[in-house]
Amino acid sequence: MSILKNFSSPTPPALLAAAAVLAAGAWVLPAWLTFLLTLAFAKALVVLGVVIQMRAGLVSFGQALFYCVGGYGAGLGAQYLGLTDAFALLAVGTVAAVAVALVCGFLLTRYREIFYAMLTLALSMILYGVLVKSSALGSTDGFNVAPPSFLGWVPGGVEKKRAIYLLTVLIALGVALAFHRFLESGLGRVTEAVRENEIRVEYLGLSPRWLLFANYVAAAGVSALGGGLTALATGHIDPDMAFWTTSGEFVFIAILGGTGHVVAPFIGAIVFSVIRTFAIQEAPNLWQMTLGIILLALVLFLPKGLWSLVQRRRREIAATSGQPATEASQSPKGISSPISEKGVRA
Amino acid sequence: MSTILETRGLTRTFGAVVAAKDLNVQIAQGEIVGVIGSNGAGKTTFINMVTGYLPPSSGDILFDGNSVIGRQPRAITRMGMARSFQVAQLFPKLTVMENALVSLVAAEGPRPSFFRPLDTPERRERADAIFAEFGVSRYRDALVSTVPQGARKLVDIAMALVSQPRMLLLDEPTSGVSIEEKFALMDTVMAVVRQHGVTVLFVEHDMEIVARYVTRIMAFYSGEIIADGPPREVLSDARVQELVIGHHLDINALGEAA
Repeated sequence: MSILKNFSSPTPPALLAAAAVLAAGAWVLPAWLTFLLTLAFAKALVVLGVVIQMRAGLVSFGQALFYCVGGYGAGLGAQYLGLTDAFALLAVGTVAAVAVALVCGFLLTRYREIFYAMLTLALSMILYGVLVKSSALGSTDGFNVAPPSFLGWVPGGVEKKRAIYLLTVLIALGVALAFHRFLESGLGRVTEAVRENEIRVEYLGLSPRWLLFANYVAAAGVSALGGGLTALATGHIDPDMAFWTTSGEFVFIAILGGTGHVVAPFIGAIVFSVIRTFAIQEAPNLWQMTLGIILLALVLFLPKGLWSLVQRRRREIAATSGQPATEASQSPKGISSPISEKGVRA
Repeated sequence: MSTILETRGLTRTFGAVVAAKDLNVQIAQGEIVGVIGSNGAGKTTFINMVTGYLPPSSGDILFDGNSVIGRQPRAITRMGMARSFQVAQLFPKLTVMENALVSLVAAEGPRPSFFRPLDTPERRERADAIFAEFGVSRYRDALVSTVPQGARKLVDIAMALVSQPRMLLLDEPTSGVSIEEKFALMDTVMAVVRQHGVTVLFVEHDMEIVARYVTRIMAFYSGEIIADGPPREVLSDARVQELVIGHHLDINALGEAA
């Protein structure tokens, strides 16, 4: 548990407790709900990739690129490499995504603002176009991913879904702990300083481009894990994983949850999944409009996302008890979110 | 005294405009050099070229005997040459302490750690010592955007000095600072740089400041150095008074460090 050493915040124990409760839910919650949570957590991992870029002042409208590479990596690993183990399949997707990011990052980290956003979008749409035209990969239909094994164990039926859910919770926990550490680390915090003043970072002797590159590669890796888990959970992959609307969904969730804490993407993803599920059920022809209205309301009334409600509550408690608020709740210490109270970058 | 900075035939043009013309400068270790000149004389262009912000059109720049031409500003910083800016370049949404912590992390190496926290007791201790030296301790937990201009300038200079450079370039350190604060600011900065033996080159418009703190003045006019020497000598030069200062200057009325 060396990863927990020197943690100065209550977040790691809280994450462990939440993961334990969620894991226990595998035997209590209805199957539809554990499936929804599996997909929500997988998406949250992709959104975490979006969020760390936002904290560095960059918005990716193409994070679906790595979501798709992660999914196809797992699918192709099963189909062409004969792999069946879930960990190996996820590793194939993640390694592939990191390799893609190492190449694309050289180009992308030269750009900022809308140019960065549009280039990320363009790269994901190039992958979409290639996949759609590739009959060997199932073209627009994609292909199915065989049920995985877990370190030699081959579950069936309900056990299979439970195993994938538990794997997702385990990976989400590991990633959340690691990224919580990253966000507090020298690298994580200095990367946010790039957002504030790139010139000063350069004249402190650091390379803003290298910092953004490292951030981009980390975001790619974690997003690929989300894609791989989605492929294993649904048993299917198709080019829509790279489509621009998928990337838009990840940005939506990032705004919904907020960028102030490692937990925010998970909250955003769960809330998003629930809203979308019920919106489709209650208004099948209007669910996109429902989501649009929610996004509009968010930007107007809660620009820092749902996590800002937690921050506000923490500040209130701190104010009444006379204690300083902890970690990201201390905003406007400023490092926690690139978006001001009015949602406009200064 | 050994030469720490040398420029050879340094020239920079912007289209037809010659912002710096064949500048040959030698600065010895430990000197405090003031750069004066009217707007557009080439002072900031000179500093920008020396620190890697602008590539020269021709000529060479040697820092401690090594050419800095073609090097990125970060590489020049790591060679031991730091700078501050006319407008303080800080992280405005971070606290003064967080600004210092980021500087300390940067001073430790070009690749910050993925796992080691930014905020450690050791770094806080060092940051507190720096704040005490610069007299900005009371602002340590304030957002930079909320602290007074003079303190912001001091934090900017303190951040440049965190990496323990051998040379510091200051671009108008007292610009935007009130008359009451500017001498206190310069007293603080000069006390720190002298204590650490840092060579200083600073651009300044205020002749009182220049005369009081520098050991040598370089007067720029139209991209050229028209006078270079001890403050009393340069400031009493008729050409400098006419082209740079714009009026007769009573040298005896100014304080002087030299």
